[in-house]
Amino acid sequence: MSLILIVLAPFLGALLPAVMANAGRRTCALTTLTVSAVALVGLVSRVPEVLAGDMPVAQVEWMPELGLNFTLMLDGLGLFFAALILGIGCLVIIYARYYLSRDDNMGEFFTYLLLFQGAMLGIVLSDNILVLLVFWELTSLSSFLLIGYWKHLPDGRQGARMALTVTGMGGLAMIGGMLILGRIAGSYDLSVILENREAIQASPLYLPALLLILLGCFTKSAQFPFHFWLPHAMAAPTPVSAYLHSATMVKAGIFLMARLWPVLSGTEVWFYLVAGTGLVTMVIGAVVALFKDDLKALLAFSTVSQLGLITFLLGTGSAYAAVAAVFHILNHAIFKCALFMTAGIVDHEAGTRDIRRLGGLWRLMPVTFAIALISGLSLAGVPLFNGFPSKEMMLEEATHVTFFGPEWLVPALATVGALFSAAYSFRLIGHAFLGAKRDDYPAKPHDPGIGMWGPPALLCVLVLVIGILPWLAQPAVFFVAQSVLGTTADIPEGLYLKLWPGITEALMMSAISLAGGLVVLLLFRPAAWLWTAAHVPHAKSIFDGIVAGAVALSRGLTQPLHDGAFTRYAMIFAVAVAALSGHAWLTGEVGPPTREPLPMNEVAVAGWLMLVTATAAIVVFHRNRLFALILMGIVGLMVSIGFALFSAPDLAMTQISVEVVTIILLLLALNFLPDETPRESSGLRRLRDGTVAVVGGLMAAGLSYHLLLRDFVEPSISAYQLENSYKGGGGTNVVNVILVDFRGFDTFGEIIVLGIAAVVIYALTEALLSGPVRAKLLNRRPEKDLAGDMHPLMMVVLTRVIMPLVLMVGVYIFLRGHNMPGGGFIAGLIVAIGLVMQYMASGYYWAADRQRYPFHGIIGAGVLVAGITGIGAWFAGYPFLTSSYGYITIPPLEEFEWASAMGFDLGVFLAVVGAVMLSLESFARMARRRDQKDSEHAMDIDPSRKETT
Amino acid sequence: MSHWIVMPIVLPAMLAALIVLAARYHVALQRVLSVGGTVALLGISAGLAFGASDGTVTVYLLGDWTPPFGIVLVADRLSTYMVVLTALLAFLVLLHAIGSGWDRRGRHFHALFQFQIMGIMGAFLTGDVFNLFVFFEVLLIASYGLMIHSGGAIRLRAGTQYVIYNLLGSTLFLFALGTLYAETGTLNMADLAGRVAAIDPGASSAIRVASVLLLLVFAVKAALVPLHFWLPASYAEAPGPVAALFAIMTKVGAYAIIRIYTLIFPPDLPLTEGLHGIWLLPLALVSVAVGMIGVLAARRLDRLAAFSVIGSMGMVMTAIALMTPAGIEAALYYIGHSTFATAALFLIVDIVRDRRGGHGVRVERAPPIAGGALIAGLFFAAAIAMAGLPPLSGFLGKLLILDAGFGSPLVGWIWSVVLASSLVAVLGFARAGSTVFWKSREATATDAGDTGDAPPEAGVDGGPVSLTPALPVIAAAGCIAVLVALTVFAGPMTGYLRATTAQLMTPQPYISSVMTAEGKPIPDKEKDYGKDPGGDDDGAAPDGLVGTEGAEGGDR
Repeated sequence: MSLILIVLAPFLGALLPAVMANAGRRTCALTTLTVSAVALVGLVSRVPEVLAGDMPVAQVEWMPELGLNFTLMLDGLGLFFAALILGIGCLVIIYARYYLSRDDNMGEFFTYLLLFQGAMLGIVLSDNILVLLVFWELTSLSSFLLIGYWKHLPDGRQGARMALTVTGMGGLAMIGGMLILGRIAGSYDLSVILENREAIQASPLYLPALLLILLGCFTKSAQFPFHFWLPHAMAAPTPVSAYLHSATMVKAGIFLMARLWPVLSGTEVWFYLVAGTGLVTMVIGAVVALFKDDLKALLAFSTVSQLGLITFLLGTGSAYAAVAAVFHILNHAIFKCALFMTAGIVDHEAGTRDIRRLGGLWRLMPVTFAIALISGLSLAGVPLFNGFPSKEMMLEEATHVTFFGPEWLVPALATVGALFSAAYSFRLIGHAFLGAKRDDYPAKPHDPGIGMWGPPALLCVLVLVIGILPWLAQPAVFFVAQSVLGTTADIPEGLYLKLWPGITEALMMSAISLAGGLVVLLLFRPAAWLWTAAHVPHAKSIFDGIVAGAVALSRGLTQPLHDGAFTRYAMIFAVAVAALSGHAWLTGEVGPPTREPLPMNEVAVAGWLMLVTATAAIVVFHRNRLFALILMGIVGLMVSIGFALFSAPDLAMTQISVEVVTIILLLLALNFLPDETPRESSGLRRLRDGTVAVVGGLMAAGLSYHLLLRDFVEPSISAYQLENSYKGGGGTNVVNVILVDFRGFDTFGEIIVLGIAAVVIYALTEALLSGPVRAKLLNRRPEKDLAGDMHPLMMVVLTRVIMPLVLMVGVYIFLRGHNMPGGGFIAGLIVAIGLVMQYMASGYYWAADRQRYPFHGIIGAGVLVAGITGIGAWFAGYPFLTSSYGYITIPPLEEFEWASAMGFDLGVFLAVVGAVMLSLESFARMARRRDQKDSEHAMDIDPSRKETT
Repeated sequence: MSHWIVMPIVLPAMLAALIVLAARYHVALQRVLSVGGTVALLGISAGLAFGASDGTVTVYLLGDWTPPFGIVLVADRLSTYMVVLTALLAFLVLLHAIGSGWDRRGRHFHALFQFQIMGIMGAFLTGDVFNLFVFFEVLLIASYGLMIHSGGAIRLRAGTQYVIYNLLGSTLFLFALGTLYAETGTLNMADLAGRVAAIDPGASSAIRVASVLLLLVFAVKAALVPLHFWLPASYAEAPGPVAALFAIMTKVGAYAIIRIYTLIFPPDLPLTEGLHGIWLLPLALVSVAVGMIGVLAARRLDRLAAFSVIGSMGMVMTAIALMTPAGIEAALYYIGHSTFATAALFLIVDIVRDRRGGHGVRVERAPPIAGGALIAGLFFAAAIAMAGLPPLSGFLGKLLILDAGFGSPLVGWIWSVVLASSLVAVLGFARAGSTVFWKSREATATDAGDTGDAPPEAGVDGGPVSLTPALPVIAAAGCIAVLVALTVFAGPMTGYLRATTAQLMTPQPYISSVMTAEGKPIPDKEKDYGKDPGGDDDGAAPDGLVGTEGAEGGDR
């Protein structure tokens, strides 16, 4: 079976349990088991090749440029781990089938389990370290789901989060480490990296790469001080714990250290860091494990300790230790899985995992006891069980290692570690199973069915076989160890895995530790008292404290900054713009003026003075909203005069009509606001904002002044437009031709903006009027006295008389637009003003009654007309908005010009009228009050008027 | 002449106008038109992208004026890539908006939606900086309308800030354009490229200011810290599908930066040397940090999603700020990823809001939601993508950015910030997700026992589930599916984006394609008035129409 299929099988299979969950628990579990078994069979089918010395490889290109290819390979080490993952995986699945209760969603569970299994397989079979990273993080994510499987338990959620955070952190560090490693080696393929030992170790980037990668490995393999997540991960259902602690997850870090052993090991940093951490972890884990009362917690810390042992072996860097490490990985996987399953059985059948509430189970659960005994003694490192030979090798290695001088230090620490390991193993057996039968178990303990004891029993057989006949495992262990060593070292001559090593220092240490373990157990009560009194800091509370601190800090940073204070937002904006553009200005070279300033004349100076006065007055009087509005009108008018002065009458006309319309609309809006703007900012803040405003204004003015005195780098495009507006666009009014032809597309966009604005105002009004605001608006009492004359006679008459004239002017302006100042935009504004006057004079209802076409429609029609005019050019084979013009004669009129741009201008006209009127209508709808009668009569008296005295 | 290139702009505009004109009271008809238009757009975009995939630069002369005198649309690899992203996103978001019933909670949703698409498409396709401004306005006003769709006090307040802040940006845009025009006398991007290069290095101050002002305008759109303040509240308060559509809006800013700073102000231009080198990258990194810290700080899922946008855009800006081919390529990949990751997140948050009744999206214990496992799964996937964990595209994008960062003097900072912020994001997403989706089970257990407040909550819970509950979920799942596709086909994708980057880095073909395009022939003689481009003419010229009042208007 292809390697890719082997890895993908669990991922693809992960879909099945969720589907099969409805087909019953048995089917669901069987499906899952089949998936794992298929992958296992596939793996076995490739074994002969590996044994023959080949290295099966499979590759699918993924991101070849980055060097990220989905490359898998199977060598001795990969095969070993894959076999453990799948083999133990099958047992765990069988066990889980009987362990999970009917309330648990089995489909979900097995889906997560298979995802996790696939991710682990991916790690051990990857040839590309980036792919390895992908699977690495996938294990973090899928274990998050597994640990948090019992979502209702706070422990599960917190444990899952903690595991994800810690291992995720390591994974992220490893991303950095792997990228550096790949950079040094010039490839992300393991096969290349493994051959570049010298280059990598000589590189100045070796140290950061090593540190980052080790951070990943240590967090994953629960090495001190990152060990704390593992005990909390036991909140997962026990089958998961059994799987995580034995063959997977925590072994991933070990695996990676073994995988990269040939290139990373052998340096001083590696030695002190890895061996040191391993040793410390081994001792601390063992000591803490002894004092845990929860069976699973005890086992979890024992895992920490045992992983420390393996890490230590990998850290020493000798070939002998590497063999020992491989051997112990195998042994630990076997007995630890059996032990966790036992703990699960006890929990399942006795209703508790608390050692203090157990004891005497050996009579009630003989089979379980046998399993626990065998695997427990193996854990303790008692001869004849498989934990013994590998632990012997560790102790042997310890006698050859020195840290910082004293020769006794490492052996002594190793012995202490082994001693406490023996002690907690004995405690597990002694306090939970031996002793007198109790009568206060939460449930009635009894042996479970074979489904639950079968898998651990099978493992116990292995424990005994390897323990008694270790040479049976020797070829396999040596083969794997050689693939760890790669080409850097060979398995030491004359090394044999044997049951009886002879009388050596290591054996003495072993004997001391076993005897010492028994002694410690006998002294457990006082020791436990001491332990409690010592108040060893709790890792979880430290972690929780850090997380809570991080959250508090992040809130402290985020919320005050993003509290919705708009003036501050704007101030920061202004400061940033001023600072960065100032920087740009100062780092460049200021060019000399290349243009003569225009001579000053009275009009210009007067206009300038008025502008300055009006703007300054706004600053002073801006709290009076009406007055500020009038002052703004002055600014607008001065701008129009400026346009007129510079020979742009179109723009001047447009600006004036826009001014009128905006002021009317703003006046209507002011109707809903208080007359005065309240004071909201303190004096200091006003000073700050004022300073920023003045500096920004001066900078803008300075920039404008500079630009006015400088010429274009090349002649501007306007010369072309001046020259060709009639020849190419058919109009002599260049501004209009620019608007409807040269840059008609801009205008198309702008009328849409206008249309959208009106539609938005309408939608907003609708939303307001269908909400609670409606009642508020209806019951609003005007602040000021109303004029009695709602619809003044003179105004009504005047506006009606004037209406046809206004429309006529509009049409005139529209028609002359192409050649003379005018055009659709101005015409639209003029007509809209004419209509607005009707509304103002005669009232909303009167006017609305006489309005035949809805303003929405007019806007839509305007955009459509403009668009269709543009599309029309397609049929002549020209691009969108290409204009054409010609001359026609309709008797009895004289010949006159037509231009397709006129259709476009009509669209502009309609859109402008519609947009202005729809906005006005929306305001008017909001202005309705309950105390007002809907009056049909145009010239009436407001009865609600209050008498003024 | 092929008119396909203008279709992504004209089609939604015409549809929107038609909806306003004829279908404004028929929701069903609006939906049909809107979906039909979006599907058609998807096809057109794909066609455009295919046309540009061999490196062809298609130029479309609006009004048939010879460049640089009219407005041009330009379709190259980059713009068509963005157009495809937009079309795909619009389709998925529209499904969600219809399925969740958001389009009926206020007026004119579909019209505004189409106008919004028109604005975005226009911004990607135009080859004229002033026209870019116009499309910025279109998309700003349409997005404002969409943002405050269906009203509500908090939403309106957030909307006001949104629109005012962006108007500040628009004003700045005008300043920038004014400066740019005053220096160069043109607005066409390709023409600008040539003219900027011709500016005397001894008089560089003004053009440098123009360059920085433009950069800042686009940085506002791209939510670069400290110009990001408009984003958190408005994205959080916007209706779910609208916020999801906005995922592409921040990319408009990123796109514009990439376009302008490879074409007009290329990285090796001496004139603008050292302009943003010292601040752009640090600010981008600060954005990453601010965004992800905000994710951790969020008490509500919508704020969480909004801050993740800032972080995500910070990543894009980090890659852009490197101003190297590898950086641009990474940025382009990340843009695609970030668009759909953001959209997925907002859509999922909206589904959660819809199904959680009175609890809204506050990160707190609440009764379990209908279809919780599926929604939780989608959230999990979106969170993975957003935090940049494997196996989804966020991880690959991050690898590309880290890899591109190698040459930068700030490589240590880039790596630390990017990796550390991922951790912060993981923590934030894990906390929020486990509380919202997992803690609920506990709540049921206690609620069942506690008769006090269980019944009303259950009632609320059952109430607001929308008419077609499947459609929003399909839309969200669709976004995730796009992410999966981005992951699986990362190889071809990055290959294509590398070609795109190469095209950007050698702008000469783009410039010459635009500048050599020929518009309609202008009749030579002053008297030859009757010649219209269509070819038929009919006679003599009228007299007396030679004088022009506007003659000097175009001059400054």
